[in-house]
Amino acid sequence: MPQAFGWHDLANPHRFRAVAARVLPWLLAAAAGFLLTGLGLGLFVAPPDYLQGESVRIMYVHVPAAWLSLAGYAGMAGAALAGRIWRHPLADLTVRAIAPVGATFALVCLVSGSLWGRPTWGTWWVWDGRLTSMLVLFLLYLGVIALAHAFDDRLRGARAAGILAIVGVVNLPVIKYSVEWWNTLHQPASIRLSGSSIHPDMLEPLLLSATGFLLLFVSIVVMRLRALIAEQRREMRQRRRAALAG
Amino acid sequence: MAGKLAPRHQRLVLAGSAAFALVGAGLLALPALEDKGTFFYAPSDLVRKRPPAGERIRLGGLVKPGSVFRQDDGLTLAFVVTDGSQETHVRYTGLVPDLFREGQGVVATGRLLPDGRFQAEELLAKHDENYMPPEVAKSLRPTGSPAS
Repeated sequence: MPQAFGWHDLANPHRFRAVAARVLPWLLAAAAGFLLTGLGLGLFVAPPDYLQGESVRIMYVHVPAAWLSLAGYAGMAGAALAGRIWRHPLADLTVRAIAPVGATFALVCLVSGSLWGRPTWGTWWVWDGRLTSMLVLFLLYLGVIALAHAFDDRLRGARAAGILAIVGVVNLPVIKYSVEWWNTLHQPASIRLSGSSIHPDMLEPLLLSATGFLLLFVSIVVMRLRALIAEQRREMRQRRRAALAG
Repeated sequence: MAGKLAPRHQRLVLAGSAAFALVGAGLLALPALEDKGTFFYAPSDLVRKRPPAGERIRLGGLVKPGSVFRQDDGLTLAFVVTDGSQETHVRYTGLVPDLFREGQGVVATGRLLPDGRFQAEELLAKHDENYMPPEVAKSLRPTGSPAS
């Protein structure tokens, strides 16, 4: 039956692999383009800050890493929810595909923030609301990864990891609003719906870099998902062969 | 039976009520966390909540312009931290972060003295959400905007 391409096709593992193979080179090329432009402008062309001096350039990595570790978590939790409700085969794999990538971005955010905090605040780390909730996000990612691998039965692992991923969503608004609910050492958001308090010469490279990191994040997740699908098919084939032999 | 839901819908309802319970628990926990989650007291909080003198706390606010006095030893500072409505006098001996300056945010760890002044042991600079090149900051200064 001839049918127009729809988003539902992507949910079919076979179709997904075909589409991913075609889209990936473009995704990666676009990610490289945006990252080179954004980071190039940010690290070499953008002006230093009037207070922070050159260390403001850490922002071009720190802020995109922070945004994407939050957005990635939301995406992972959404996939986990779909996996629990609709039992879709790709949903649980998507959770496993996102978790290590999100954890890496969260770690990059923590480490780059620490490197910025030392010259700016005078300390590598404080236990304020923003830094602590961000550390919790990183640990939640690690928990999801650990649970997904903690059972011999893949489905039980996916269920446990999925539930942790879903429960952990409460941490997202805590991170976002920590700087407003509590007095924190970390500054409040510079970019809001009402406008930005970052000078355009710095905001532009930041947004380009963030777009690049977003494309990179998506590319890695798609690549991981492809590998996980292939791995699952191989396992199923082996099990079938073992069943026939036995 | 009319009241029986398909398993998929059952799971949806279950997930929905679990989410509802979580959000509810979060909303209940937040006010309780408000005090514990706060990294520092503002000068107004010191007046309102009156933490006992001698207890190790953090004080945060803006360094009042014109209030910084450096003693002859070059290491001891006296300055005023303000949040716009209340002020606290602070004394501190030690190295000062690069960003410490009048009009900027600061977080001091230390103890409240019986006379209401604050003896700081550690001083951190707080950065605000404004990012701009030096030229822009300079041109803003006369009008007294963020860079003042």
